[in-house]
Amino acid sequence: MADAHSPLAQFEIKTLMPLDLGGVDASFTNASLIMAVVVGLVTLFIVAGMNKATIVPGRFQGMVEFFYEFIANLLKENTGPKGKQFFPLVFSLFMFILGCNLIGLFGAITVTSHIVVTFALAFMVITVVTVVGFMKHGTHYFSYFAPAGAPMWLMPLMIPLEIISYLIRPISLSVRLFANMVAGHVMLGVLGTFVVGLGGLFFALGAIPLAAIPLIFALEVLVALLQAYVFAILTCIYLNDAIHLAH
Amino acid sequence: MPQFDPAIFSPLLVWLVLTFVALYLLMSKLALPKVAAIIDQRAERIEGNLAKAEQLRAEAAGVLAAYEKAIADAKAGAQAELAKAGADIAAETAKREAEFGKRLAEQTRTAETRIKAAKTEALAQVKAIATDLAGGIAGKLTGAGVDANAAGAAVDAVVKERA
Repeated sequence: MADAHSPLAQFEIKTLMPLDLGGVDASFTNASLIMAVVVGLVTLFIVAGMNKATIVPGRFQGMVEFFYEFIANLLKENTGPKGKQFFPLVFSLFMFILGCNLIGLFGAITVTSHIVVTFALAFMVITVVTVVGFMKHGTHYFSYFAPAGAPMWLMPLMIPLEIISYLIRPISLSVRLFANMVAGHVMLGVLGTFVVGLGGLFFALGAIPLAAIPLIFALEVLVALLQAYVFAILTCIYLNDAIHLAH
Repeated sequence: MPQFDPAIFSPLLVWLVLTFVALYLLMSKLALPKVAAIIDQRAERIEGNLAKAEQLRAEAAGVLAAYEKAIADAKAGAQAELAKAGADIAAETAKREAEFGKRLAEQTRTAETRIKAAKTEALAQVKAIATDLAGGIAGKLTGAGVDANAAGAAVDAVVKERA
């Protein structure tokens, strides 16, 4: 357990209701609560925005459609028409990560700053990609590791490299999101303790880190959007590799 | 870091799976079809309007072509009518001219005949008067009667000489 005033304290999981499912710890925690809230908010956002939907959208409906079109175009540009069936998955991933990133900036625990969560999401993406690859191409999918056009004598080097880069995908995908979220929140936490620490030392000194907080906060909003986007676009790119067997 | 405490892995994963599956189902079955429906409807509407506009444009082009054809037909008809009228007038004129020429020639001929007759008659009368005058004048001058035939011969001789 970290000290209550440590910038790391914000990442602590607090059990709200202990629960055991056949020997598996399934306790309802603050993270569970926030994930459920994000799911509820995302669903509410779309369903409420699409309530009384009109051909010419209003502001709220326009906003919902903006997200829809944004992900739909992202998927179409990266995977072509064959990728359409993965739209609900990519959309859910994007909204879930975006929701968790943003809600974490407003006092709630940032679920995406937990490596288990980001790794589980990335692992799911890579599993889907691999299953799709084998379903579409059978054992021919292994040829993905031997890029066409590469000289034969390079193959002993290329194939292990390709396999490693394929296997490292879930790690890079999850660590990128995790590290960005942790770094931003630690920075905000550290600045927060500076405000109190320096302000306690000499009142006006606390103003310096206090002034930096809105700037870092704005940057973190940008990072929250950007990391959700990066996760979604990489999912699309990996899906495209599997669907079209193209590098 | 609290993130690496293995005790939290299991509850996090369980609830991530539960919530994410719930989100996926809510999105794919409930939320996204709503958005897709309205977007499709809009696309259909736009496509329909475009098709309708295209159809109207084609119709307008057809009407314009028909109008232009009607104008051209009317022009051609008028030209034909004009040409026919011109030909009719020319034929009528030619006919009348020919008729008139014929009549004129006939009248000229009769007039000429009449003039010729009158001239002959006048000449004959002139000859008789001249003969009478010549006979009378000669008789007065000589005091003797002059033979009418001799007077006529003399007049004829003079006339011939002057002619």
